[in-house]
Amino acid sequence: MPYLGGEETVRELRRALSNPHIQTDHLRYRNTIHRVIRLMSQGVDVSGLFSEMVKACATGDIVQKKLVYVFLCSYASVNPELSLLVINTLRKDCSDPNPMVRSLALRNMCNLRLPGLCEYVEQPLTAGLKDKAACVRRVAVLGWAKIHALLPNTEIDAAVVNELYGLLRDPDPVVMVNCLRALEEILEEEGGVAINKPIAHHLLNRLKECDVWGQSEVLSVLQRYRPRSEDELFDILSLLDPALLSHHVPIMAATLRLFLSLCSMLPAVCVSALERARGPLLAAAGSSSRELRYAALCHIQLLLRSEPGLMGEHYKRFYCGYAEPPYIKQSKIQVLVELVNDDNVAVVLDELKGYCTDVNTETSQAAINAIGSIGRSYDDRCLGILTGLLELKQEHITSAVLQTLRDLVWVSPQYGDAVCSALEKWEDQLQDTQGRGALLWLLGVYGDRLSGAPYILEDFIDGVRSEVSAEVKTELLTATLRVFLSRPAETQDMMGRLLQHCIEEELDMCVRDQALLYYRLLHCGIEDVRRVLQCGRRSDLSLGPLIGRPPEPISQWASIFNTLEPLMLGASSAGNSDPSTLTPYTLTSHSEPMTSDPHLMTPKLKDPDLTAPACSGQCLSLSSTLSPEEFERLWLQTEKGEFLEAYVMCPVPRCSPESLQVALQLVNIQTLAFTAPNKLPWKMYLYTHSSHTLTPHSSTTPPNTLILAEVLQAGGDGVKKVKEELIEDQENEREESVKEGEGGEERRGEMSGGVGGEDGGKGELLVRMRQYTGEKTTLTEFLSVLTTVLNAQHTA
Amino acid sequence: MISQVFILSSKGDHLIYKDFRGEAGCDAVNKFYEMVTTLTGDQPPVVMKHKELHYVHIRQGGLYWVATTKADSSPFTIIEFLNRLTALIKDYCGCLSEKSVRMNFALIYEVLDEVVDFGYIQTTSTDILKNFIQTEAVSAKPLSLFDLSNVGLFGADTQQNKVAPSVAATRPIMSSRGEQGGKNEIFVDVIERISVVIGANGVLMKADIEGEIRVKCYMPSCSEMRIGLNEEFSIGKSQLRGYGAAVRVDECSFHQAVRLDEFDTYRILKLCPSQGEQTVMQYQLCDDLPTAPPFRLFSSIERDTGGRLLIYLKLRCDLPPKRSVLHLNNNPALPLFSYSLFSSLSQELSSPDQSAELQPQNKAVHWEIPRFPGGAQLSALFKLEVPGLSSASLQEVGSISLSFELPKYTCTGLQIRFLRLSPIQPGASQRWVRYVTHSDSYTIRI
Repeated sequence: MPYLGGEETVRELRRALSNPHIQTDHLRYRNTIHRVIRLMSQGVDVSGLFSEMVKACATGDIVQKKLVYVFLCSYASVNPELSLLVINTLRKDCSDPNPMVRSLALRNMCNLRLPGLCEYVEQPLTAGLKDKAACVRRVAVLGWAKIHALLPNTEIDAAVVNELYGLLRDPDPVVMVNCLRALEEILEEEGGVAINKPIAHHLLNRLKECDVWGQSEVLSVLQRYRPRSEDELFDILSLLDPALLSHHVPIMAATLRLFLSLCSMLPAVCVSALERARGPLLAAAGSSSRELRYAALCHIQLLLRSEPGLMGEHYKRFYCGYAEPPYIKQSKIQVLVELVNDDNVAVVLDELKGYCTDVNTETSQAAINAIGSIGRSYDDRCLGILTGLLELKQEHITSAVLQTLRDLVWVSPQYGDAVCSALEKWEDQLQDTQGRGALLWLLGVYGDRLSGAPYILEDFIDGVRSEVSAEVKTELLTATLRVFLSRPAETQDMMGRLLQHCIEEELDMCVRDQALLYYRLLHCGIEDVRRVLQCGRRSDLSLGPLIGRPPEPISQWASIFNTLEPLMLGASSAGNSDPSTLTPYTLTSHSEPMTSDPHLMTPKLKDPDLTAPACSGQCLSLSSTLSPEEFERLWLQTEKGEFLEAYVMCPVPRCSPESLQVALQLVNIQTLAFTAPNKLPWKMYLYTHSSHTLTPHSSTTPPNTLILAEVLQAGGDGVKKVKEELIEDQENEREESVKEGEGGEERRGEMSGGVGGEDGGKGELLVRMRQYTGEKTTLTEFLSVLTTVLNAQHTA
Repeated sequence: MISQVFILSSKGDHLIYKDFRGEAGCDAVNKFYEMVTTLTGDQPPVVMKHKELHYVHIRQGGLYWVATTKADSSPFTIIEFLNRLTALIKDYCGCLSEKSVRMNFALIYEVLDEVVDFGYIQTTSTDILKNFIQTEAVSAKPLSLFDLSNVGLFGADTQQNKVAPSVAATRPIMSSRGEQGGKNEIFVDVIERISVVIGANGVLMKADIEGEIRVKCYMPSCSEMRIGLNEEFSIGKSQLRGYGAAVRVDECSFHQAVRLDEFDTYRILKLCPSQGEQTVMQYQLCDDLPTAPPFRLFSSIERDTGGRLLIYLKLRCDLPPKRSVLHLNNNPALPLFSYSLFSSLSQELSSPDQSAELQPQNKAVHWEIPRFPGGAQLSALFKLEVPGLSSASLQEVGSISLSFELPKYTCTGLQIRFLRLSPIQPGASQRWVRYVTHSDSYTIRI
């Protein structure tokens, strides 16, 4: 019990440590020190014993020395003055005849992490580089890296750097690898250790001598080397080829990564490297260590993004074991979906069907989702399984099935009849919000064919007072209105009640607004309602590319291969497969776009690129509005947050500003202000909130981060002027700069004439983005969304 | 590049904490525990991130073994390193448990100090480490249960002097100075993991075997060891050797220290084992078992007049009669019925030493058979009272999964013909060869 002892124990230990009887008795002394370290590792603060421990350091007993060093290194930063006393003992040890003592002293001297002591350390370190014993040289080499980390601002002596380069030829492989590591850190600002041809070949030749860890380190450093000629490249590749089959996964992964980076220009070689590494990867995916299994599965998912056929015949390796933890089962299910082909679809479906009733709810939902996504491209056996699952009347299964069915009929409308017949006998109660949303959507869309639809809706409407989820309420509104279109007689009364409740009693703004909107829409006449509500209710066939992903080029993911990122992606891909990014729900029951002509929406729905970026890890949202004053205040806080400036090859959109605004709203970007279309310099202010799904468990960062952006017509002086003005502030100046910009218009014209050549219509837009929390990637993702919209607007 | 390494007990107690680079504070430990315990079901726990610090952890021996890193390192390297670290500590402490880690913390600090310097892995080879490690292991007394269960494992009652108790291999490698000193032992284990899926109609849908040969060496110095495998051992589909029944595997890989110059002709592996445990050879076999899968199951599920669910299971062991199976756990999963619905389970088992219980948290019935001789057949009848049972739910009783251990048996038929040490060790050296097949996942659909 760490805390029970506390003060009293520390006092008692101090007494024991300074007791001369104990000090003379070897074993008792060591045991007392043992107790100190034990307390330390349990989290008790024993820093008060520092001076007694310093005394205990001067001993011939190596075990005791090691124990004391563990203590000293942990507490040296608390007692920098007292630590000076240790230095003497340590320096004496550095000239001990026993190499083990020398390396121990040298290592711990650097591990004290006191910048003030560095001057005493340098001399023994320099001597250590020339030591006879390899173990001392290993420590000394890394010692220089430690000094560099302690004093990042002081240059390491060039002579030392040269010596480290020289030690790359040390007979001991660990010294060699340590030199690489130390140089990488010391020369970080210059881009790491210089890998020229002699060094690269030297490293390659000695690769065999290193152990697993050394080899993977060397291989990752070699990624920076670019062979001079094709012959050299192929020599290197054939030298490394056997390592692709290594049963040490770290080596195999590092080699594969090196292959991918060396052969980025030779896709055929990359593919055959992937094929070579398939065996070891599959073996790793069946390894007895779960964590290794998971890492391998995540990387296999990466490979499948470009080479879907790679693992085809090995699909049975991805069957889930009974005792496997849910996260492995889920990633195996994700892999299995990718591996489905005409030959194995029946078998895989059978297997997946078994997982649907898994004890773990997430796993069973993943399996149901998987069956749904197989159903998009394969026969209606999937539908049979799904509707069969409905009969089990298990809450979580039913909910997942409904969501899957909704997604499925949205992409493949031909399944509508089958879904209707499954829903015909619906009589259950659902608790799950997502499931209820899906049910309502299905009822709305198939209201004309489902005889019971109005009665199910009525149950919902009767319970609307106790309904907590705004999502379900908006879905309910839409569904009721849709059913009303096909069956007015049965629905009119309840729709009236619902609208009345939502407009008069509802507290949630979104729901109320939507109800109001529908109410006014109904005033416009039934034809208008039909036009608005049935637009986009069936999927467009051109959405095909959105569902069936084309194979990506290998270079897309080669840079994150063998990094931690795929394993983190695995975490978010659960969120990615979440239907809400893909579902009609986000498009139909959007609160904003209804205000404008629905025709504006259709061209964008056809464009698959538009929604695609939104799936890639971040979601933009318009969760809270921002006043122009607030925007300005935030924009002018120049010192905080991330700032990104980028040029986008895109002309000024020629369409009306309103349609641009609507288009941006569709991807959840709010327009705050813009200049008239033919005014120069044209500019526009935007904002949005991003919720990054990549880091779902970092609870401290706020879920939403605000992104501010300014889009400017680039070229000429206008840009610079505006920038200055932004720092300086205020409205009147802005007007001035607009005028100046107009003056600069001719110059801009000249420039674009000079640079852009004959294509006068093409132009560049400058996008400035600012964000206060979060990472730079969100900005780049935001930029890609924005660019897509702008380009789409131009072509539309 | 590793920033910190720490070991936590399953309850979150700090057992070992070592900071290599001083980049992150020691509050990382608490942060990690907080994150790992609040994970939701669909978040994979292996890699977590908090404020630029990545936490990679594995679970072994009921403990969390965590490495943190700031740089984007290779996940394979870190996970393999943690696995290797657990293996090393197992070698040095004898076994892996919270108790043994607590008792040997000084030794573990020493090992960590030698293995990693400034976040860079230096060496994990016991050959090199043995020169540096000075602290002696305090061996935690093995659990008495363990002893009991092993009496049967090697049939100790009949051949007491020819077999070593299985705890023999769970002692620290460094204890040569202790009372067990001078015991020159070497263990060669052939371990196979079998995963099988049998369809409802009795058709074998998937069968995989992953096997490995592990050597655990207690000899301080051993110059060369020769392991002879079956002569008929063949790799790949095309190759056939010998006249007997072929022992075939699909893929095979070896430890880098193994010399294979006599492998092609005589199937002999040559190596100089270093102290401690190492995997010498790994192999896989997919889809093509040389023998029938060890178990067959016949089941019928009905609803009786009183609304009870009757599950009748008959299990047959297809092994040769001499073999026997241990610790057979049989889990017919019944995932469809939530816990509150169960009111009672009554059972009729065919012999008294078996037991069966209802596991509400897994929604499963757990049928345990301590010992199951080859060729025998056992049956059980479970009666479950499930209110609101419908005929649809009857169809969907989940699959049955078996977990078991088959001692002295390999499914591929791989055998070790001989085990020679050269030069002949002075003094009594003991060589042990052990075979075992575990069930990785043995699922029978109903």
